Amino acid sequence: MSDMLLQVKAVETYYGNIRALGGVDVEVNKGEIVCMIGANGAGKSTLMMTICGSPQARTGSVTFDGQDITHMPTHEIARLRIAQSPEGRRIFPRMTVYENLQMGASLDNLKYFNEDVEKIFTLFPRLKERQAQRGGTLSGGEQQMLSIGRALMARPKLLLLDEPSLGLAPLIVKQIFAAIKVLNKEQGLTVFLVEQNAFAALKLSDRGYVMVNGKVTMSGSGKELLANPEVRAAYLEGGHH
Amino acid sequence: MEYFVQQLVNGLTLGSIYGLIAIGYTMVYGIIGMVNFAHGDIFMLGGFSALIVYLLLLSVFGGIPIALALFVMIIVAMLMTGLWNWVIEKMAYRPLRGSFRLAPLITAIGMSIALSNFIQVTQGPRNKPIPSMVSSVYEVFGISISLKQIIIVLVTAVLLTIFWYIVNHTPLGRAQRATEQDRKMAALLGIDVDKTISITFVMGAALAAVAGTMYLMYYGVIVFTDGFTPGVKAFTAAVLGGIGSLPGAVLGGIMIGLIESLWSAYFTIDYKDVATFSILAVVLIFKPSGILGRPEVEKV
Repeated sequence: MSDMLLQVKAVETYYGNIRALGGVDVEVNKGEIVCMIGANGAGKSTLMMTICGSPQARTGSVTFDGQDITHMPTHEIARLRIAQSPEGRRIFPRMTVYENLQMGASLDNLKYFNEDVEKIFTLFPRLKERQAQRGGTLSGGEQQMLSIGRALMARPKLLLLDEPSLGLAPLIVKQIFAAIKVLNKEQGLTVFLVEQNAFAALKLSDRGYVMVNGKVTMSGSGKELLANPEVRAAYLEGGHH
Repeated sequence: MEYFVQQLVNGLTLGSIYGLIAIGYTMVYGIIGMVNFAHGDIFMLGGFSALIVYLLLLSVFGGIPIALALFVMIIVAMLMTGLWNWVIEKMAYRPLRGSFRLAPLITAIGMSIALSNFIQVTQGPRNKPIPSMVSSVYEVFGISISLKQIIIVLVTAVLLTIFWYIVNHTPLGRAQRATEQDRKMAALLGIDVDKTISITFVMGAALAAVAGTMYLMYYGVIVFTDGFTPGVKAFTAAVLGGIGSLPGAVLGGIMIGLIESLWSAYFTIDYKDVATFSILAVVLIFKPSGILGRPEVEKV
């Protein structure tokens, strides 16, 4: 029996009267890397934010580790150790890199801070060099690293990554994806990511979903989806090989 | 020369009080982008709490050491105003969060009127004097500095240092700054945003209570309308220094205190408020974000 960590069931999310998610079902098991691919505006980021209760789903349910979190306030969901590196990275611009990482670790009142921050600095040496600099002065790629680093500081049970490859040089994308793989293999970290970079995401993931216009249209193992002609035509044509 | 320095001392004292009040404006503005017009009345409420405590202490204990009395007055006033501001935020402002921007502003004006009328009704409309608390005056190089002034400047300096430390170097301060910069992200990191905002209101109110106590000690009298003018001056100080900036609030407060006392010393006292607000207008023309305010340019 697989051990389900996150279950999104028939979730509909609205912005005002506009329906952004139209009945989405997603499951993520413990220790898995699962990805959601889809075009810009398909609703991937909305799904990520709905899992964290901001905005909350209007219908359907979100269950984490057996607990219904659909209507829980965002900060309480975070305290269950769901960490997110959100769309747009959302670095605190007037806080230093170091302080941004402290914010990530605030759940544990900085108990593991020194230990964890060293790990992040090993993973992203660039952040170490820039630790005293304000978040707002970092380049896009550095902000992306910081955003992922900050999420990892929470010692998450579930890591949500919204377009981790966005704005990064291909070499760094490779590096980050490799790091995610290592965290997953060695510490059993469960990861749910949404990506436009479908090829890299599917290669990394155990399973994947495809989202079109707020609905999941396909799902399968990473390999299956990579081999699927429709997926290839819609998301993989033109390079990456 | 002595006269000039004397006025500087007076201005610094007055400015310290404005600065303490201004911090409440600037912090609340920073964290939820709202001008809390009731803050001046919170200051007045702090003064009244201190007054009641002092009169109680006098009637119960007779002669009580002034330092102890001041300490008790400040603590009780802080608790009282903190509680008031906490309730006001929860009942009057929080339900309007996410509403259009003018809604909480109008509510704040309403709260201001309600508070001053409440004090008028419960405490009476007349000036409330207290027996002089501190009367020693020291002569230094021909300048007379009263103990009151020393206390005010010292208390302000100590509080500001504590406050600055909290905001810049504690988890609470980080949570406040994070909430200020990106409320949604703060929540995603497990920060209870509502609680953080409440705490900010309480902290601002506590500083206003200290200002109220100092004001009462300095002038020896308080009246229910006293929230208005110092409130407006302190708000001006916050804007002058750059609203949202803590050091800016203090700097703005001291500047306004200095402008007022120097203007009154060399020109006609009737026009001191005109001078203050004219200088505000001039500064804002050349530096719209205030002296220490941050210009709104950031890499996204």
